[in-house]
Amino acid sequence: MDTIFEFLFSRDFLFYVFSGVTIGSALAMVTRKNPVASLLFMVATLASLAGIYVLFEAHFLAAIQIIVYAGAIMVLFLFVIMLLNLGHDYQKDLKGGAWAIFAFVVAGAMAGVLARQYGGIEALPIYRDAHGPQVIDALLAEQGAVGVMAHPLFTDYVLAFELTGILLLVAIVGALALAKRRV
Amino acid sequence: MSEQTLFLIEKSIIVLAVFGGVMLVVALTTLVERRVAGFIQDRYGPNRVGPFGILQPAADGLKNFLKEETMPAAAAQPYFWLGPVISLAPALVTFAVVPFAAPLPIGGRVVEMIVADVPIGILYILALSSLGVYGVVMGGWASNNKYSFLGGLRASAQMVSYEVALGLAIVVVLLMAGNVTLTEMVWQQQQLNFWFAFPISLAFILFVISAFAETNRTPFDMPEAESELVAGFHTEYSGMKYAMYPMGEYAHLVTSSALMATLFFGGWDIPFWTGDDAFRYGDMWISGFAADGTPIEASLAWWKTFLTFGAFAAKTYFFVIFYIWVRWTIPRFRYDQIMQLGWKIMLPVALAYVMVVAGTILALDQLGVGYGFTFGLVLTVVSAICTGLFLLVLDRGRNLSGAHSKAQKRFASERKALTADSGD
Repeated sequence: MDTIFEFLFSRDFLFYVFSGVTIGSALAMVTRKNPVASLLFMVATLASLAGIYVLFEAHFLAAIQIIVYAGAIMVLFLFVIMLLNLGHDYQKDLKGGAWAIFAFVVAGAMAGVLARQYGGIEALPIYRDAHGPQVIDALLAEQGAVGVMAHPLFTDYVLAFELTGILLLVAIVGALALAKRRV
Repeated sequence: MSEQTLFLIEKSIIVLAVFGGVMLVVALTTLVERRVAGFIQDRYGPNRVGPFGILQPAADGLKNFLKEETMPAAAAQPYFWLGPVISLAPALVTFAVVPFAAPLPIGGRVVEMIVADVPIGILYILALSSLGVYGVVMGGWASNNKYSFLGGLRASAQMVSYEVALGLAIVVVLLMAGNVTLTEMVWQQQQLNFWFAFPISLAFILFVISAFAETNRTPFDMPEAESELVAGFHTEYSGMKYAMYPMGEYAHLVTSSALMATLFFGGWDIPFWTGDDAFRYGDMWISGFAADGTPIEASLAWWKTFLTFGAFAAKTYFFVIFYIWVRWTIPRFRYDQIMQLGWKIMLPVALAYVMVVAGTILALDQLGVGYGFTFGLVLTVVSAICTGLFLLVLDRGRNLSGAHSKAQKRFASERKALTADSGD
């Protein structure tokens, strides 16, 4: 009895469940012809990815993943697709072979990065380190789920953080300028 | 039995109790809403099924199960089915992180009265409630009906707009509590001897307004404005599929009432009594810290758990009644008014208020004022000034001074015009 529970609630089992859902819905996202279906599968991908983040003790990242991507950006995508989709459905997005080749090159580069990581060429990520879980647990107990993320962000990476903020501000001003011209 | 099995048994009981409790409260709230509406409109409301009409929700449920379910010919099938489910599920699971009573000591173990005390607390609630909008949008789009579609579009625009102000109001709460878990927020309010509704009163007002918009209740029920959109996003739904939308709405209503009680009114804390204070500190349960910083052990008891649960239920249901009261008192906004209120008033005010509270807390820290009564009092005064300014600017003599003074102003200006005429 206990062993069944232990298996069902073990990280490994949940990791494979979430990974399966992530990969399955990612595949469905690119193969569905209906854009609304693609988008909903993308939301499912993001949500199950958030589940994997939770398994790695990155609770804050998981919450932000859902709030920002699934809750805000994808809703706006849905908004746009539903409005633009009226009338002419199911056009092909990838026009011409050049784009297909480009897509394969990008995917190949990503696979290369992952292979380097797992082939032992790069340093192991902290959660695969032997002492990783203890280090993370100690940090979480000390600073809380948000503090673990906030401390490096506002000390070591404050320049990158502020620059990203300015970039987003520029994007907002640009969007406003474009919208104003049409009115 | 191993520790893990005990944990599973205790959590299963809590999950079943919370889920069943929320569903029961949702069912009863449909009746309470109609009875209170009757009271406000000077009529009876449903009072025929059972004593005081208490079995009316059961009769409604039976009716919805037995009704024919129509499927519009041009509907996008899977999404049409999925819409109500996505709308109901997030509203039900958000209750998991709300602590609803003091910890219960039983058989040498201490059981926390919460389904899951996840480390991200309030962020989990924000994440799931932001998913609820998919149900409304998908239902509206999949119905393939222009009124449904307009309702869905309005819902997404409105929810995205007010989520910003809601998030900023919560940021103020986080500034006060210093952590995101709801158990810690209850604890901090017990330590401060102030419920957060007083030191950060404007955040509470902003939260209430945004929560009304998020639950799509009048005066923010644009997605189903029947005078413009037939019935909005659920025009084409019938039977149990339709019933799941109102169920989701009421579940959302109960959850946000519980949130208001927890974030701003001390959760399960009983006012003017420190005997119920309890918080997990390392391996022990403490009720506070002595002057030299050593933790004081809390005295837990089963009757305290019941009393605190009563306090939590009373606070939560007060806000449920408040929601109903507002719904049957205030007429619906126009759509452009909702967008203006959201983007031009709520968002800048919330941003400015975050700065004011952060500045005050920083100043208090620099002056060496510890977290305690003085700290709360200073913030209460600052927030009261902010709230007063906000209400006066927002109101401009419309609601606070009432219809009577508005009429008087009009009479005065008319009389002035008349006397000016007769003066010729």
